[in-house]
Amino acid sequence: MPLKLTVNNVVTTVDVAPDTPLLWVLRDVLNMKGAKYGCGMGICGACTVLLAGKAVRSCMTQVSTAAGQPITTIEGLSPDGLHPVQVAWEALDVPQCGYCQAGQIMAATALLAHTPHPTDAEIDTAMSGNLCRCGTYPRIRQAIHQAAQAGAPAHKS
Amino acid sequence: MNLNRRSFLQMTALAGGGFALGLYEMPWAQAQRGGRLPNLIPASFIRIAGDGTVTLMAKSPEIGQGVKNTLPMMIAEELDVNWKDVRVEQADLNEQLYGGQSAGGSTSTPNNWQPLRRVGAAGRQMLIAAAAASWGVDAGGCTTQSGRVLHAASGRSAGYGELAAKAATLPVPALDQVKLKDPKDYRIIGTSQPGVDTHAIVTGKPLFGIDVSLPGMLSAVIVKNPVFGAKVKSANIDEVKNLPGVRHVLVIEGTLQLGSFIPGEPGMEPGVAILADTWWQAQSARKSLKVDWDLGPGATQSSEGFQKKAAELLKGSPANTVRSYGDADGALKSAAKVVEAVYAYPFIAHGTLEPMGTTAVYKEGKLEMWATSQAPPGGRALVAKAMGIPESDITVHMCRIGGGFGRRLMNDYMVEAAWLAKQVDVPVKLLWAREDDIAHDSYRPGGTHGLKAGLDAQGKLVAWKQHLITYGDGKRIVSGGGIGADEFPSGYAPNYGLYTTAMPLILRCGPLRAPGGNAYAWVGQSFLDELAAAAGRDPLEFQLEILSSTPIPIPGQENQPKGPRDLNPERLAGVLKLVAEKAGWAKSKKGTPGRGFGIAAYFCHQGYFAEVADVSVDKSNKVTVNHVWAAGDVGNVIINPQAAESMGYGGVVDGLSQMAQEITLEEGAVQQTNFHQHPLMRMRQVPPIEVYWRKTDFSPTGLGEPTLPPILPAVSNAIFAATGKRIRTLPMQKSGFSWA
Repeated sequence: MPLKLTVNNVVTTVDVAPDTPLLWVLRDVLNMKGAKYGCGMGICGACTVLLAGKAVRSCMTQVSTAAGQPITTIEGLSPDGLHPVQVAWEALDVPQCGYCQAGQIMAATALLAHTPHPTDAEIDTAMSGNLCRCGTYPRIRQAIHQAAQAGAPAHKS
Repeated sequence: MNLNRRSFLQMTALAGGGFALGLYEMPWAQAQRGGRLPNLIPASFIRIAGDGTVTLMAKSPEIGQGVKNTLPMMIAEELDVNWKDVRVEQADLNEQLYGGQSAGGSTSTPNNWQPLRRVGAAGRQMLIAAAAASWGVDAGGCTTQSGRVLHAASGRSAGYGELAAKAATLPVPALDQVKLKDPKDYRIIGTSQPGVDTHAIVTGKPLFGIDVSLPGMLSAVIVKNPVFGAKVKSANIDEVKNLPGVRHVLVIEGTLQLGSFIPGEPGMEPGVAILADTWWQAQSARKSLKVDWDLGPGATQSSEGFQKKAAELLKGSPANTVRSYGDADGALKSAAKVVEAVYAYPFIAHGTLEPMGTTAVYKEGKLEMWATSQAPPGGRALVAKAMGIPESDITVHMCRIGGGFGRRLMNDYMVEAAWLAKQVDVPVKLLWAREDDIAHDSYRPGGTHGLKAGLDAQGKLVAWKQHLITYGDGKRIVSGGGIGADEFPSGYAPNYGLYTTAMPLILRCGPLRAPGGNAYAWVGQSFLDELAAAAGRDPLEFQLEILSSTPIPIPGQENQPKGPRDLNPERLAGVLKLVAEKAGWAKSKKGTPGRGFGIAAYFCHQGYFAEVADVSVDKSNKVTVNHVWAAGDVGNVIINPQAAESMGYGGVVDGLSQMAQEITLEEGAVQQTNFHQHPLMRMRQVPPIEVYWRKTDFSPTGLGEPTLPPILPAVSNAIFAATGKRIRTLPMQKSGFSWA
């Protein structure tokens, strides 16, 4: 069934089963490999993308429910990789293996859009849905504070 | 930019003078390769284009340990170029060119430290020689700086790019003859350099094995029974074949031999492979798959059964003596105080965040693979054997890897991908679903330790006996389940005995980050804390006293020289003192109700770490780790400090996660399926962690593993300090505790 998706401000039509998770449409149909598969149950957060500005687990979001709403993925966070969250992530060299980081960055972006200067407790609450098997949490915390200071833009949607 | 081959710095292969393979390779890879000795060729590591662009090859698999930076940084330092001008490229598998290409055992730094710096220095020396010849001056009067050769006397200088063509015509110096920099002149080693892939990661570029995409490629899942070795009797293949996108449904008979001993690479596990146009189609189709399984001998096993059996075996005489000296039984009889305890821990899974997988293309008898292996040389050998084709017909590309932790030292998924590609004649990307990943791991083996130690009237350790119940068939012990004769306090306890008894297991085990140490540090350092408490002594002081005693000569080994793999007690004491100072141990050591501090130290993989944990325990035994201090000694230089600190965080967080994890068997079936049942620490549970370095006059060693082991006993000991309750069984829930 053809569905109209707006991914990173580009409108595209995909012909997939409507219950296909958004993650696999992004990865296998639209060839956008940034969001990752980690658990398939919405418990690790590696697949996090923004749906109308909210962080969602794309592995648990049926593509039909995402149709008609703006979807932002790591590839569309900024045209040049210079979103303050990305800049902070790079400056602090947050990733170890890097596999979970697209999800972490999208969750952090959603947090900062609504809470421009989060406390540690607010970071803990917002980020505890995203697992990092390598244990980069202390760096993520630092990077979110750094991005907040640089002034992460409110998400436009 | 002209990057054609002619404009590169070319060097010929070095004759002789290479580096022994043993320096490079993990024992399993060495055995598989038959001990051939490759030489390192500088030209394979360094390319300098006419325009001065420097490309350095990253030789080893990047699993998050940072070798894609640290190893090229070694070359760049001695080549004397600016790091910002360097491009790093991931090498394909070719050990003849690059030397060992496995990543395991925290060996990348120690094994490459000499050879890779020498590769860089050889390149620099040839560029100087080229400049000297062009200018008709003495090479000794030339220096280098930031990718240029300078001749101070004449004021001449030239960029490496200008000299590359000439340098390529000159003879290559022997690597053992080149001059290395004085460490005080380092400009790259010892400075923090962000990961060479970090920008690609934060912008979502395809880097990982899961991201590989080829024209006409099918995606595959393999459905296996959670009972190890269960075979497919029949399945509704035709029905599943008709589902949307599904192209093939294949029964894998497997090649397992289900005896009483399962090796780390046991052969192909049986299952049903579903190949579809997209991975989700393959994964969805499994819901309609109905398999009649022959569960086989694995189904007779249970965790409860193993516990009972271990308890019985502990009562009997040990089957095997690992080490025994002095008279432990006599010393226990005459000891002022005897302490006894049983410690037990479960199987746990690796759960790398990127599940197992590989992409393979089989064409006219040859294979091309995009691997996510920590040990691709071993993987290629395994694939060659399984497929009956020569290794030379298998090309292996090395993808960035979403976590290794030892799981990817096993290469079963490479064989599966190769086999599938051969069956269907189109490119196949195999990606395990998480539930298959958890249920078909090479598990960290569980174990049970019976311990008995004696203290004299002054509270000094006089005897230590330890009996490990592990898994094996009597002759062999499962991978990751053995214990070394030097396990601390072996060699320091005046009278000592270490024994093992193995019971059969039909399940695959293997190394998990700091194999052995991730369990034995918890057992040994917790029991030592018990002894200190029994003696009414401070655990730090108690351990420092043991470390300051003269090592006991082991009968028959009195004259063996100590090497980097032997415990240096001064270095272990050094990190203990440093962490105690940073954590304010002297002031904080006394637990107050509900709050406690614990300390522990461990030596493994040539690295020394000591850690202090500050924990709070509430009335319902929920544990919060408030703060962790870690002190490490991995030699005289920290190559990439910010990344090294991150490895310290990583080891601590990983160890904390392990405290609540378990894999259990019921009627042979693995009971856990995903991260909700085999949890990882989450952001809100992770404390601030401080990492300190004690620099000592030894060559640098690795950080992948030694950061991990001390945190488990440090937390256990802190919980004891807070509550008076000793965790002797992991996961901690089995001892009545859980994470807040």
